[in-house]
Amino acid sequence: MPDSPATRAAAATPVRVARKIRGLSDRAIAWIFVAPTIFLLLAINIFPLIWTINLSFTNFKANRIGREVKNVGLRNYERILTDSDIWLNMQATAHFLFWTIFFQVLIGFTLAYLINKKFKGNDLWTTIIVLPMMLSPAVVGNFWKFLYQPQIGLFNYIVAFFTGKDPSSFEMLGSVNLAPWSIVIVDTWMWTPFVMLICLAGLRSIPDYIYEAAEVDRASKLRQFFTITIPMVLPFLMLAVLFRGIENFKMFDLVVQLTGGGPGSTTELTSINLKREAFEKWRTGYASAYAIILFVTVFGLASIYVKALNKVKER
Amino acid sequence: MSSFSVTEPSNRSKWFAGTLVILYALITMVPLAWIMLTGFKSPADAISYPPKVVFEPTLEGYVNLFTTRTRQTPEFLAANPPETWYEEIVREYDMVIAGPSKFGERFLNSVIIGFGSTFLSIFLGTLAAYAFSRFKIPLADDLLFFILSTRMMPPIAVAIPIFLMYRQLGLSDTHLGMILLYTGVNISLAVWLLKGFIDEIPLEYEEAALIDGYTRFQAFYKVVLPQAATGIASTAIFCLIFAWNEYAFAVLLTSGTAQTAPPFIPTIIGVGGLDWPAVAAGATIFLLPVMIFTILLRKHLLRGITFGAVRK
Repeated sequence: MPDSPATRAAAATPVRVARKIRGLSDRAIAWIFVAPTIFLLLAINIFPLIWTINLSFTNFKANRIGREVKNVGLRNYERILTDSDIWLNMQATAHFLFWTIFFQVLIGFTLAYLINKKFKGNDLWTTIIVLPMMLSPAVVGNFWKFLYQPQIGLFNYIVAFFTGKDPSSFEMLGSVNLAPWSIVIVDTWMWTPFVMLICLAGLRSIPDYIYEAAEVDRASKLRQFFTITIPMVLPFLMLAVLFRGIENFKMFDLVVQLTGGGPGSTTELTSINLKREAFEKWRTGYASAYAIILFVTVFGLASIYVKALNKVKER
Repeated sequence: MSSFSVTEPSNRSKWFAGTLVILYALITMVPLAWIMLTGFKSPADAISYPPKVVFEPTLEGYVNLFTTRTRQTPEFLAANPPETWYEEIVREYDMVIAGPSKFGERFLNSVIIGFGSTFLSIFLGTLAAYAFSRFKIPLADDLLFFILSTRMMPPIAVAIPIFLMYRQLGLSDTHLGMILLYTGVNISLAVWLLKGFIDEIPLEYEEAALIDGYTRFQAFYKVVLPQAATGIASTAIFCLIFAWNEYAFAVLLTSGTAQTAPPFIPTIIGVGGLDWPAVAAGATIFLLPVMIFTILLRKHLLRGITFGAVRK
C-alpha cells in the first residue's frame, strides 16, 4: 500500500465510521444477505409445518376440495396412537434402524481402521468404496430388485453357489422372513461408506504423540486400541449413528422401490405407511397428525441422543 | 524411511489391511458392475439362468431406452428396409421405431432442476453464510439449529402441505416449483457448510480491503468469494447430488412435464414385462455422471462429507 495522505487518513478513520460513510451499513447488508434465505425457509419449511399442524386437527381430504372441513380436535392423534397396525410399522422401522446401524458401524469402523493403516493406494480404494452412497437410492433399490430375483438374480445365484441351495428356493423380496433382511442388506451396502468416512476422520484426528507416549509406557497394542483408539473415535462414531438414524427413520425411496412395503406389510416402514395414508387413501388430516407424531419422535430421540453425545465429548 | 516411528504400521499389517480393504471394494462393486453389464445384454441374456458373465454385447437396451417401438406386419417390414443401425436392432423383433421415448426429456429435467436448484442454493446460501459468519445476527445460533432440525421431517410429511400449496399456486409439476423446493431443502445444509468455510477465512483480509477503500460488497466478492471458492464448489457438489438423486418429492409432486429421471427409470416397461436391459441402461446413464464426478473430485467431496457431519 503506497503511503499517501489519503491512505493514512483512511487508516486513521475508525472502520465503523468508514463503513457508514460508504453506502449501506453492515446491518442493512446483513439483512439483505439473509432475507432471501429466511424467506425461502419460511415458505418451504416453516409455513408448511404450521399448515400441517393445522391440518392434523381436521378431517380434511385433499382429493375432495368442496367437502366441509370439520375440526376434530385430537381425534386423529388418538386414533394413530391406538392403532395396532401403526405399531407394526414402527416395529418394522425399529428392526430396520437397529440392524442397519449395527452392521454399518461394525463394517464401517473395521474398514476405517484398516484404511488408516495407510497402505499404498488407500485413497483410491476409499473412493471406490464410497461410490454406492453417492447414487440415487431409488435407482439403487430398483436394480437391487433385479439382483434379488429368485430365478435370474445374481444375489440368489451367488448365495446358492456358496450354500449349495437351489437359487429359486428362496425369495429375498417375496418371503415374510427374508424381506426385512433384504432391505437391511441393501442399506448396509449403500451407507457403510458413510460411517467409514466419519470414523476415518476420527481416527485421523488422533495425534501420533498419544500413541508414542503409550508406547513409551509399554502399553500393549490391544490396550492402546481400547484405551486410546476407541474412546477417541467414539464421539465421531456416535455422530455417524445419529445421522444414519435420522436418515433411516425417514427412509422411503430405497425401500419403496425394493419391496413397496411388502410382502404384506413386513417392510412397510413408517414413511411408506405415511405415503399410503396421505397420497393413496387421501386422509390428509389423519396423515398430517401422523407426520407430526413422526417429527416429534425423531426430534425427541435426536435431542436426547445429542445430550448423551455431548457428555461423551466432554470426557 | 530414515527415522523409525512407533506409530507407522508394520509392512505385514499394511499388506493385510490392504488385502481386506481391496477385497471389500471389489465385492461392493459387483452390483454396480452387474447393472452396467446388463445394459449391454439382450433381454434373453439378461434373464438367463445361470447368470451370464460372457455374452454377446448389444446396444438393444440403449435403443429400447431411447425409443418407443411398435410391432408391424411382415409386408410393411419387407417394404421398408431398415436404414440405420438402431432400426436394424429393432427389426429382429419385427418392430419399427415409432419415436423417441420420454427418457431424454426426463434426463434433461434432472439436469435443469439439478443445476437450477444448485445455483440458487449456492447463490442465496453464500450470501446468508457470509452474513451469519461476519455480522451479529440476533438468535443466529437458534436459527441455524432450527433450520437444520427441519431436515428431520420425513420428505413425505413435508410433501403433504407442499402438495396443497403448489396446487393453489399452480407450481405442481413445474420446473420452477421443483427448483424452489430442492433449494428450500438444500439451503439449510448449504448455509451450514458455507458458514464453516467462510469462518476459516481470516477477517484481516477484508479489513485490509475495507481500509483500502472497498465497500462491503466489493470486499465480499473480490476478497471473500475467491478465497471461499473451493468450499463453494464442494458445497455445490452436495446440492447437485441431492437434487439429482431425490425421489420422494419428485414422485409425489411431478407426473409429466417436470418429472425427473429417478421416478421414471423404474417405470420403463418392455414388451412382456420389465425390460431389464433398458432399465439397466437407464440406470447406467443416470448413475455414471455421479460416479465419474466422485472419482474426479474425491478430495473435496470426502472432506466435505466429514466436515459437514463433524462440525455439527
